[in-house]
Order: sequence, then C-alpha cells, then structure tokens
Amino acid sequence: MNPLAAIGRPVLAVLAGLGRIAIFTFATLSHLFRPPYYPREFALALLNVGYNSLPVVGLTALFTGGALALQIYAGGARFSAEAVVPQIVAIGMVRELGPVLVGLMIAARVTSSIAAEIATMNVTEQIDALVTLSTDPAKYLTLPRVLAGLVAVPALVGVGDVIGILGGFLVGTAELGFNRATYLRNTAEFLQTADILSSLAKGAVFGLIATLMGCYFGMTSGRGAQGVGRATKSSVEAAAVLILAANFLLTALFFST
Amino acid sequence: MIEIAGLAKSFGPKHVLRGVDLRVERGQSMVVIGGSGTGKSVLLKCVLGLVRPDAGRIAVAGRAVGEGDRDAFLARFGMLFQGGALFDSLPVWQNVAFRLLRGRLKRPPDQARAIALDKLRRVGLGPDVADLYPAELSGGMQKRVGLARAIAAEPEIIFFDEPTTGLDPIMAGVINDLIREIVTEMGATAITITHDMTSVRAIADRVAMLHEGKMRWTGPVSDLDNSGNPYLDQFVHGRAEGPIAAIR
Repeated sequence: MNPLAAIGRPVLAVLAGLGRIAIFTFATLSHLFRPPYYPREFALALLNVGYNSLPVVGLTALFTGGALALQIYAGGARFSAEAVVPQIVAIGMVRELGPVLVGLMIAARVTSSIAAEIATMNVTEQIDALVTLSTDPAKYLTLPRVLAGLVAVPALVGVGDVIGILGGFLVGTAELGFNRATYLRNTAEFLQTADILSSLAKGAVFGLIATLMGCYFGMTSGRGAQGVGRATKSSVEAAAVLILAANFLLTALFFST
Repeated sequence: MIEIAGLAKSFGPKHVLRGVDLRVERGQSMVVIGGSGTGKSVLLKCVLGLVRPDAGRIAVAGRAVGEGDRDAFLARFGMLFQGGALFDSLPVWQNVAFRLLRGRLKRPPDQARAIALDKLRRVGLGPDVADLYPAELSGGMQKRVGLARAIAAEPEIIFFDEPTTGLDPIMAGVINDLIREIVTEMGATAITITHDMTSVRAIADRVAMLHEGKMRWTGPVSDLDNSGNPYLDQFVHGRAEGPIAAIR
C-alpha cells in the first residue's frame, strides 16, 4: 500500500468531516433569521443544558479550585511564593480551568445526551415523522439546543468560576492559614474585567461546539443500536477535541502579546 | 392523484428502485407488496420528498414533487410509520395533535386537544390514554396512536408503512379494519406497503407488487388469486420455489 495514500486518506476524511460540520453549522445558524421558532423547545433545552448541569459543574469547579489552591501553595513554597494562592487560583479558574472544565463536562453530559436522543429519533423514524408533519428538524431540534448552549454555557462558566474560587478560598482559609478578608480582597483586586469577559466568551464558543456536535452526529447517525452508540461516542470525542483546540486559539487570541 | 414514472434510486452499489411506474387514483386504496428490502419504504419516502430519487417523475394531483410550497404539499399527507415513530418526549395527545399545535394548521391548545381526543376515540382509545407517554403504551396502542396522528389533520392522502408488523393476529385484524374504515369514510387516497397478505385483502382496492426494483404486477385485489403472474403467485402463496429467490 502506498504510504502517502495511508496518510492522505485519513487527512482527507477529517477535512471532509470538518467541511460537513461547517456546512451544518451555517445551515443551523441561518434558521436564526427564518421563522417559525419553537420557544418551548428552547426553554426545555435551556433547562437541560443549563439548570440540570449545575450540580456536576459546581462539584467539578469546587474540587478543582480546592486542589489548585493546594498545588499552588505547595509549588509556591519552593520559592517562598505561597502568598500568591488567591491570585493564581482566581486567574487559573477564570481564564483556563473554569471554561475548559465546564466545556468538557458539558461535552460529557449534554453532547452525549443530545447525540443519543437525536440519533434514536433518527433510527426510529421520528425525524422523518417530523418532516411529514411539516416541521423542519433543524428548527425544531437543532436550533433550540444550539441556542441553549450558546446562552447557558457562559452562565455555567460564570457559576463555575465563582465556585472554583470558592473552593480555593475554603481550602486556603481552612487549611493553609489565609485570612478570609485578605484572600477575598486579593482575588477581587487581581481579577480584571478582560479575564471575566474572556471566560464567558470561551463558554459561549464551547457551548456552541458542544451542542452542535451532539446535533450533527445525532442527525447523521447510522442505523440501529450500533449507529446510536457510534454517534454518541463520536460526538463526545469531536466536542472534547474541538473545545480544547478552540481554547488554545482563544487563549492565543485574548492573551498573547 | 399520484403518478410515479420511471422512478430510480440507488444507495451506493445497491439499486433499490430501477424504474418504478405506479398510478393511484383519487380515493383509491393501493397496497404495494413485496419482500423485505425490495424498496417499498423508499418508494413512499421518495413521494414525500424524504429521499431524493436519482431519476423519474412523481406528481401529486398533477404537480411534481418538489415544486411549489413544501409545507402546503406535506399538509396533504398523513403517514403511519412502521414503528409508530411517536415522539417519546410528548404525551399521546400532543403526538396526535402535533400538526395542530404548530405551523400553518395551528389552533388553540384546547381545540387541538379536543380534536386529538376525538381521533383517539376513532381508533378505539379512551381519554385515559391521552396523557400517557408513548413508552407506556403497548405496540398495538402505539400503532393506533400513530394512526390517530396520521388522520388528525384530515389529510387527502395517507401512507401506511407496514401497519401490522409486530402485532398479534387479532390486533393486526383490528388495525386492518380501522384502516379500511377510515380510508373509506374520509374518502382519502391511500398507499399501504406490507408483506402481510391478510392486510392486503382487508385494505386494498388495487395491489401492486414490487420486486427487484420494478413493479411486476398491478391489478385489482379481486385478481390476486388468478393473476397468472409467477412472481405474484409465489408471493401470495408463500412458496419457496419460483422466480423470487428465497435467499436474497
């Protein structure tokens, strides 16, 4: 077998996949300007993507913030910089860990559930039934979920950032001997508006990616239980990789000098 | 009412439809029979525009599929899917009234619910079923709900995809009788696809047999047993020997 072909074939397949995803994205977003709209579906998606994700996002952020405080304290002690725990926890959570961890948790929880639900609808002809009932699946299924991701995930990132800082605060004050007022003052004084805005912007992009991947792989699933399983797996893989890649690009865009 | 000419559709190397011709008059109940995997469902999906054919022409009431307002086109159809295809996330009455709760046929929820209850009653289901979810229903009840949804907006044309598959013989008989009654009383044009010969005799005015992508026989249901067509004879009598290979 030609070794160039062995390299070229998967590269072409990935590029073709990205092209199909890009077309799907533009087609979905174009429905923003073309009624009818389905507010009930949007509200339900908002509940599923946002409110129902709060426990997992909150716990993830809480433990990560606490662990971050312990790590920074231990690492900082090597060059007598233990005092920077509040500042580094704040900047670490808000700029990086908050959005990325929330994005990955949404990929695990929401992308998988959207992909499995839509793929099952596909396999059981519910998508065809929607069309025969004069309802566009892109408007009824995809757009409400994608909009919910775009709106709810930045809010979740904001909540995650706050809970992550709270985790660091609890560990810092209860375990590492920081004064409560000083910890909070250092956090508040160090964080800048740009840090918070970049965090929320990342959340919006990650929410878009997570919900789009769930919808795309659900809509294009193969037949049977295997098709549903493959769609779910592929959607989470694609969402996680694209979120991490987008995080790198956005960090470079926001913070490289 | 429905005219199909030279319809062809392939999926990769598999040629499912190879030039299908079919004509269904207004108010007629046409049943398309054929073995599993012969393209019966694909035929219906091509008419509805769910599958794009490679070649051929489909016209409904003289207008080619794909021309004009798609919503208006689809509003003329009702379809009962093989597995029911009920929406799991909605209660039964909202499934039945789906078309009446949104889009151009939208009505107030009270009115839509009343119509849904009426259609459920028509298919033999009481109001106690209305607020259940599809997963709480038996297979036969799901078919009835699917049937109620198909007729909810009083369509001119109704498609039935394998309406008795997976049902016990008694429930299959009930569904067959319901389909015949509803098609007759609504004056609708119907295409049913099935390989259940009991359904064929109960539902059909005319029968068409699809095999290897082509219509092998078309005629009135009364000629079913004396057609002289070797494909139809083998299928009707369920013989392993004949022009249709038993292993496909």
